[in-house]
Amino acid sequence: MSLLELDDVSVTYRIASGEVPAVRGVSLSLDAGAALGVAGESGSGKSTLAMALLRLLPKEARVGGRILLDGDDVLTMKWGRMRAVRWAEASIVFQGAQHGLNPVRKIGDQIAEPLLTHNLAKPDEARRRVTELLEQVGLPAWRARSYPHELSGGQRQRVMIAMALACSPRLIIADEPTTALDVMVQAQVLSLIKELVAEHGISLIMISHDLSVLADVCDQLAVMYAGRLVEHGPSREVFREARHPYSKALAAAFPTVGDPGSRMAPKGLGGDPPDPMQLPGGCSFHPRCPVAVDGCSTLDVQLWPAGPGRTAACVHARAEEEVS
Amino acid sequence: MTALPDAAEPAVQAAGPAEETPSSRGMLRYALSKAGGALFSIAMVVIGTFFVFRLLPGDPVRNLAQGRNMTPEQLDLERHRLGLDQSLINQFFDFVGDTLRLDLGTSYEYKRPVLDLIGERLGPTLLLAGTGLVIAVSLGLWQGIHAGWRHGSRFDRFSTGTSLVLWSVPTFWLGLLLMMVFGVGIGPIPGLLPFRGSESIDAPDGFAYVLDVAAHMVLPCLTLVAVVYAQYLLVMRSSLLEEVSQDYITVARAKGLRDDDVRRRHAVPNALLPTVTLVFMRIGFVVGGAVTVETIFTWPGLGQLFYEAVSVPDFTLMQGTFLLITVSVIVMNTLADVVYHMIDPRVRSA
Ligand SMILES: Nc1ncnc2c1ncn2[C@@H]1O[C@H](COP(=O)(O)OP(=O)(O)OP(=O)(O)O)[C@@H](O)[C@H]1O
Ligand code: SF4
Ligand SMILES: [Mg+2]
Repeated sequence: MSLLELDDVSVTYRIASGEVPAVRGVSLSLDAGAALGVAGESGSGKSTLAMALLRLLPKEARVGGRILLDGDDVLTMKWGRMRAVRWAEASIVFQGAQHGLNPVRKIGDQIAEPLLTHNLAKPDEARRRVTELLEQVGLPAWRARSYPHELSGGQRQRVMIAMALACSPRLIIADEPTTALDVMVQAQVLSLIKELVAEHGISLIMISHDLSVLADVCDQLAVMYAGRLVEHGPSREVFREARHPYSKALAAAFPTVGDPGSRMAPKGLGGDPPDPMQLPGGCSFHPRCPVAVDGCSTLDVQLWPAGPGRTAACVHARAEEEVS
Repeated sequence: MTALPDAAEPAVQAAGPAEETPSSRGMLRYALSKAGGALFSIAMVVIGTFFVFRLLPGDPVRNLAQGRNMTPEQLDLERHRLGLDQSLINQFFDFVGDTLRLDLGTSYEYKRPVLDLIGERLGPTLLLAGTGLVIAVSLGLWQGIHAGWRHGSRFDRFSTGTSLVLWSVPTFWLGLLLMMVFGVGIGPIPGLLPFRGSESIDAPDGFAYVLDVAAHMVLPCLTLVAVVYAQYLLVMRSSLLEEVSQDYITVARAKGLRDDDVRRRHAVPNALLPTVTLVFMRIGFVVGGAVTVETIFTWPGLGQLFYEAVSVPDFTLMQGTFLLITVSVIVMNTLADVVYHMIDPRVRSA
């Protein structure tokens, strides 16, 4: 059985000016020990999806569908059970971890906190575990006594990773774990995550703009556009020969040099992602699509099979599949 | 086992920094420099006070003589006695010397040393304003925390609403209202609480005396709290609101902490920092008493003394109380800075 199964998950933010459909009907599954990459431009709903997994979304968000973690539906769980699942079974390395640490509490206390909260260790055991975790992420033990502002961005991200590992969860969700870091540190942190999850047999969901990074770290790749899954399949294949024109553009994208946020500029893609409150009809991608055909603005595109173990939401992909 | 080299961390440092010494020495240096600044401000206040009170319109001796029949000779004699016939520069040095010796002069009105008068009034003021401050701070912060944590809730709207109303109500108006309703009594309803002075004329002894003073304190204290607690509530609320949207709060939730623990362990400690300054600054004003409240309820404190000094006008008394109030505000502001420095790790090591 798969560790995580998403079944037609949707998230809508209800705000004063209307409804924002941030995630629309996403179905995915993740096997124990596997790594899944989620790619997509800014605003495509990646973080929203990640937060939905542990029900961390703000009050104004409505979540639909089913999220099965180890067979248990996260969305209908009692709060007590939900709290027990959080961090102990699935932890998150947040996007923008620069602010993910409490500025007035020592690093060591913050790493130990989930251990104590979930009664997984007594205070002195927790201290030893903190030392061990810091070592695993390449930080000296005395760093436990530091405050967040005394650390560099890269070091703070290492602390976040150590914290995510604290309770030996079965799943770690890493939401753009390297975005705010410079290129050298990015590479270090990425290989750190890659090694740690492999070593401990932890499943990983990694979110990024950078398809090449995901292809390197993950087994499976999911590409999101305007809240929808537009392509899914084994990562190397999706990266090398994407079926959906949006994935193709992402795969050909390159990091904008000198931009610490490393926002990708999808190659050959004009325009901006659509406003989720005014989504184009048909295939949401059609206004920007270089290979759009007549029916695209009205056709109800779905994730169609696109080769062995692959799906893509594009008429061309379906046509190819039918021909072969 | 992963052990990536940590670029920013030379291996030799693995033993850790020599604990405490650098930061506590930095702290001491900071405290000393702040104390120096405070001394300078106090010196400027002393100098400023002298000139301001010399420049005030009106001749103190003539004011004293009002209503009494005095010959010009008697007036001159009085001037001489007060040192007002000397040159300004001599008067200035006398004043500075006296002030350094804590001799604040003699009140024209009471014919007694200003320092003694202040000493008598300090107790009642500290009692009233201190109690008021403690209640206002605890109530304001508690309510502010809960309103901010559940912002938009009914509790929040109620708290914010009442505190805004109380904040905008003039102190004397509220004081008089409370006095009418609970002190004097309206119509058939008798007044329940004493509203004049700090104790009954025939005050009993022992524990009954404590109760008597406490009863006298209720109305002035209530007025004082009602007027100032709103400030704590609103500052605390907005400070907490700022923290609630921070990423580390989401992280704390994601760790599986209970909502109460997220608030207590993460949001509140951060949100309290800005209010520390406010509380300390307010302590400085406590010494000045609450002029309006003390006057309305004829509470025999410093505020009332200051009011009397102004209405006479009694320049030495005004000058003395003014100096005391200003100095205590400066001292408390300095303490606020130092304490803030001690409790916020971010500025502590900077
Ligand atoms: N609290 C909220 N209220 C209303 N709309 C929101 C809220 N949070 C996110 N959204 C909207 O939901 C959509 C998806 O946002 P999300 O943060 O999930 O995107 P993302 O793919 O993670 O983007 P990025 O790469 O920039 O992190 C966006 O259009 C965003 O504006
Ligand atoms: S369905 Fe049409 S618009 Fe959408 S990606 Fe395919 S070709 Fe482009
Ligand atoms: Mg995001």
